[in-house]
Order: sequence, then structure tokens, then C-alpha cells
Amino acid sequence: MKYVDEFRDPAKARALVASIERLALRLARPGRGPIQLMEFCGGHTHTIFRFGLSQLLPPSVELVHGPGCPVCVLPMGRVDDCIALAERSGVILTSFGDALRVPGSQGSLLAARARGADVRIVYSPLDALALARQHPEREVIFFALGFETTMPSTALTVLEAERGGVENFSLFCNHITTLPTIKAILDSPDMAIDGFLAPGHVSMVIGARPFDFVAERYRRPIVVTGFEPLDILQSIWMLLEQIASGRAEVENQYARAVRSEGNAVALEAIGQVFQLREFFEWRGLGSIDHSGIQLRDAYARFDAERKFGVKQLKIADPKTCQCGEVLKGVLRPWECKVFGGACTPETPLGALMVSSEGACAAYYKFVDVEQLIRRRRGDVCRAEPEKVAP
Amino acid sequence: MSQAPIGNGAASLARAPERRRSKLGAKTIALAHGSGGKGMRDLIEDVLVGAFDNPLLAALEDQATIELASLTARGDRLALTTDSYVVDPLFFPGGDIGKLAVNGTVNDLAVGGATPLYLTCGLILEEGLEVEVLRRVVQSMRAAADEAGVKIVTGDTKVVGRGAADQLFINTAGVGVVRAGVRLGAHRAAPGDHVLTNGFIGDHGAAIVDARGQFALDNHILSDCQPLHGLVQAMLAAYPDIHCLRDATRGGIASVANEFAEQSRVGIRLDEASIPLRDEVRGMCELLGLDPLHLANEGKLVAIVPPEGSDAVLRAMRAHPAGTDGAIIGEVIVQRPGRVTLRSVLGGERVVDVPFGEQLPRIC
Repeated sequence: MKYVDEFRDPAKARALVASIERLALRLARPGRGPIQLMEFCGGHTHTIFRFGLSQLLPPSVELVHGPGCPVCVLPMGRVDDCIALAERSGVILTSFGDALRVPGSQGSLLAARARGADVRIVYSPLDALALARQHPEREVIFFALGFETTMPSTALTVLEAERGGVENFSLFCNHITTLPTIKAILDSPDMAIDGFLAPGHVSMVIGARPFDFVAERYRRPIVVTGFEPLDILQSIWMLLEQIASGRAEVENQYARAVRSEGNAVALEAIGQVFQLREFFEWRGLGSIDHSGIQLRDAYARFDAERKFGVKQLKIADPKTCQCGEVLKGVLRPWECKVFGGACTPETPLGALMVSSEGACAAYYKFVDVEQLIRRRRGDVCRAEPEKVAP
Repeated sequence: MSQAPIGNGAASLARAPERRRSKLGAKTIALAHGSGGKGMRDLIEDVLVGAFDNPLLAALEDQATIELASLTARGDRLALTTDSYVVDPLFFPGGDIGKLAVNGTVNDLAVGGATPLYLTCGLILEEGLEVEVLRRVVQSMRAAADEAGVKIVTGDTKVVGRGAADQLFINTAGVGVVRAGVRLGAHRAAPGDHVLTNGFIGDHGAAIVDARGQFALDNHILSDCQPLHGLVQAMLAAYPDIHCLRDATRGGIASVANEFAEQSRVGIRLDEASIPLRDEVRGMCELLGLDPLHLANEGKLVAIVPPEGSDAVLRAMRAHPAGTDGAIIGEVIVQRPGRVTLRSVLGGERVVDVPFGEQLPRIC
């Protein structure tokens, strides 16, 4: 298959793995544990598990699976708010399929649908707008979520609704931004990450330049990465090259899609419609300043939160849940106390078990879980996390 | 064709087969067509008996009666199965709900090693269904039954109010006979056995996704809906001691492989590079994040065959029209009992789980 098979060539993969092994040997640091590289994006996590990439890497290079799954990190209170909106009379609540499974404190949107709420899957916010036009007597609410990748389409839909004078369409906006979140991870005291694979799709919108602070302020190498196996292996090699030569730079492996300045049209639409929230709650990570997005006042009539007044419920993550530690690379998914027991993809307790792009769900789905749980019982010790350079 | 609310009239019809069958004038199905009166008789005689046309059905008794001697001549066990069909949309590239309702039940018998012989047909019709749609579905059932060499010998019709069903649901039950000596069982997979399938996987699931038109993909994927008993008989003739056999419908190859691994307490390792997968289906899966191993099939089976028999079975498969693209796709291993793994094209391995949650509702 064109544009796919080129990036899955087994011979090229072997060559890259051999280069990675040579570099890893040079970088070996006895007593200090493996080099930890974080892929921020859930799409990367999926590729890594699907192709078994971690198994191809030498033991001294470890991948840490970051918080880049917007469905996973949505806190339960927001889901409960969304269900309350869905259960208002006359409302058609629309969203992406994944979002329907996210559990709140009283179950998911799917459960609300089973109780009688009109909850429908759409594949684009424009589908939701079309529904609103078809049903002028109903209020169609789009449960908007995602990083910068999905923001432009939501923004353009709002602009389209404004142009068409559609009054019965609104957003329950849960868009989140990438940069403050990476910063929050870098700022956390137990942070053990040596380098980052930056999210390719997000970078198509915002460009590569916004990641400069990772290299300049935190002295961590970061490589904008595509989503095929060879993309990821090449980026790992590029990160190790930087570490080996003592560099910390932003590099762009995904140059076939990402420009350093991003996509001006998309950025303009985002800027026109959205503004930052002062703070936003993340499941597993807590509140992160300026990480959430809301509609500007000029578009308040499309904001379901202001139109209907949601309760802004706050519900703490379950105490047993160790998603935060897993997200920061302090624990591996299977080292969490509830992994595979109380917390499974069918009945997720924590954020990372919710969507197939969440690190724990990926482990559960693609790795031999029983073997991992046995390992957790027998051997939970691991190398001390590396001290973070200031 | 009903649980004979027509009463004695049915018997007299059977005695006077030369009587002209009544005609259904209506363009759409109404509640009256399920009420036991004239409307219902018109529907049954015109649309159903006319199409299925065989003496067992035309007798219009409450049941079809089958001579035991005709069955015992063919084998030493009776196989009985039932399945309901609710696919959306009713018509899709490569098939429709009628063809599916015949082949699905035929295949459930086939993978038990049975020769399918007789089917029942239960219809649940939504008020407002176009009679023309029903005629097309029933004609398609007849064509599929003829192709599979089975007869539809009894049935039932119910009509429910608008909204109480979606257009048309079908239940078929099937009876077949298993030849003496056939010993298939999901618990029989043994380390060293080979895993085979009879061609491209995921075509049915992909065809349904296409037919729903939500993604405006420019594809021409046909459902693989086809009867499998001829193929199974050819495979058994080539090597009678096939260990396990199941058709991979909902949940795809992944579900069947997991059933075998669990029930036999063995591991199964599939090899991604050797699994037949059309480029169009693969492309759709890449685009939509679907796993082809989870996609539904309606004409694919998974067989577990001892290594000494796998070449013979593969040759027999490929010589049969329903198995020309057959392949050995993996092996049974001692490690990780109860688990299925996939070796990726790059050499890494992952666990293949059964799908959880709602994948594609109303796929069959």
C-alpha cells in the first residue's frame, strides 16, 4: 500500500534498530537505569504496541507512554456534566465514538444512551452541525475534545454555524493544549524523561517551533515524529544521537507533513474562536494552568456551558489509581496496583485504561497481561529514577 | 408459511395444490399482514411460498416433516443450529440480509462437519416495509438456498408496529447431518498444529462500513458472504482428522483463534505477513483505526490442522472456489496457553485480544 508500506519496511527497520543498538551501547550508564524516552501522543503509543516496537529496542532504551490521549485525561466531573447535558429534554448529544465510553461517576454516555438520552456518534463536528440543521426543534450539542489536532475542525464548525445563523447548535468544549502539559510533566519533581517524541499531528497545526522551550529551558531533546513504525524508530535514533552528542534541540523527523511555522489557516481559526481557560483539570495529572480551551465571549451563544449552565462537578480520581505516576514515567503501567485487576478496559478506573490509545489499555490489549501481573507481584523494584538536571 | 393461523385451510390447500395461490396487492406491509387473516395469507402464499417453492413448505402445515431414513443414510448425527439476522443496511455490496440468513446458518452447520439440508425462516417485519424490498430479500434467500443445496421448509411471519423493529429481521434455524467419523472440536488444538484460513479476511465488515456510506470512501469491497459446506467437505476428504473448525463471523479471526486457544489451553501465534488481506480493506482499517483481525467475515473459516495434514488441506482449499486464496496463517504453540499473539511484519509481537465494547453494531 503506497505511503504506508514504505514506512514499514522490515529491512529498514532492522537497520535502524542496529543503529539504535550501537548508540545505546555507547550511552550505557551502569547503575542509572535505562534511558527513558516519552512519546507524548496516543497515536504513537498505538503504533508502538501494534508493531511490538518496544521489543525491538535494547533493554537500555525504554519508552514511556505520555498523556496524549484526550479521551483518557478527561476528568469524571466533565463526563458527568456532559451526561447532564445529554439528559436535558430536547437535546441531541453528539461526539466521537471513543468519547462515549469514557466513564464518569455514574457511568458513560453509552450508559446514558441506554437510559434513553439521544446520544449519537459523529465523525466530524460538521456532521453535528448538519444534524442541527435537520432538527431545528432540537438542541444539538457537540462534545468537543482533543488537542490542537481536532481544534481547527471545531473552530471552523463554529464559524460555519455563525455564518449560517444556526441557533440550535452548541459545544461542550473540552479541548486541551499540548504545551502546558509537557511543561507540567517537565516541572514535576519525580520526572525521569531523557527525551521526547513530539506529536506529529498536533505539530501539523502548531508547527515545530513551539517546542523550543523543551530544548532551551529544560535541556531535553525533542523530535517531531510521524506515526509509522519507521518514523518512530528513526526519531528514537535521532533522540539518542542528540543525547550522545550532548545536544538538546528540536528536530523534525515528520518533515513530510509538518512545517516549523505550522498551518496558518488552522491557527487563525483557532485564535478567532477559542481562548485559554485559566486552569483545567486533567484526569491523572490534576489541574494544569492554561491547558484548557474555551470559546471566546463573542461566541458565547455556541457555548453549552454558558447556554445551559453546567454544574462544573469536581470528582476526585479513585485513590487506588496511579495514572499520574505512570504518565510521568515513574511507574510502568503494569506496576500500578490496580492494573488488570480492578482496572481493565471493560471497567476502567483510571484515565489510561479508557481508550485504546491510553498506555494502560494498550498494555492490556497488546501485551501478555498475566505475565506482567506476575512480574509486578514478584519483582516491583526498578532502578531509581534519574535525577533531573535543572 | 406460518404457525398456521390459516387453520384447516392449510390442509385443504395441500390437498389441492392446483388451486391458484392468492396475490398480495399491497405496496407496503401493514399490521394486518400479520394478523392471521386474508392479508397474511396473501403475503405468505404470494411472497413466500411462491418463492421458496417446495412441497414440504407448500403443504402449509405447522411443521415440516422429514423422513428419518433420508437423514440416517447420510450420517450418524443430526446437527441443529439457529441464528438471527439484523444487518443494517439490508442490501450491501456482495449480498443482502436474505443471502446472509441462509449462508450464515448453512455455515454454522458446515463448520461442524455437517451437510446442511433444511432451513426454517422466521420473519419479523416492520409496519411500512415496502413489499418490493421483502420480495427481493426472499428471492435472494431462495437463490442462496439453491446455491447451497438446502431447502427452506417451514417458517413464521410477524408484523410489528413502526419503530418496534428496523424494516426486517430474519431468524433461520438449520438442520444438517454429520458423517460418521468426523470429530471436530474447539478443544482439540495441539502444539505444532497449523492455523489455516480460506482467503481474504474482513471483507464483510469492510463492505458493511462502506455500504453505510458514513465515510464516503471510494471503495468496491464486496462481502464474502458464501456457503462453506462444500469447502469443508473437500477439506475433510483431503485430511479427515482436522482438529478444529469454525467460521469467523462477528469478532473476526481474532475471536475464533481466542476460542480455540482458550478451549484447548494452548497458545496460538499468527503471522501478520501471511494473513490474506485486501489492500482496500487494509486501507480502510488504517484510516478508521479498525483491526482487520476483528472485522466480521461471512464466508471465512479458521481451521486447526496437524502439521502432517496441513499441506493436503491447503491444496484442497485452494482447489475449491471458496478457498482459492487460502493460506497457513499461524501455528499452535505451548507457550502462553489461552492466548493469541501476532508477529508483526517488523518482527515484534503483540497479544491479539477479543474485541471489547461496541465495534460495528448490526454487522450481520
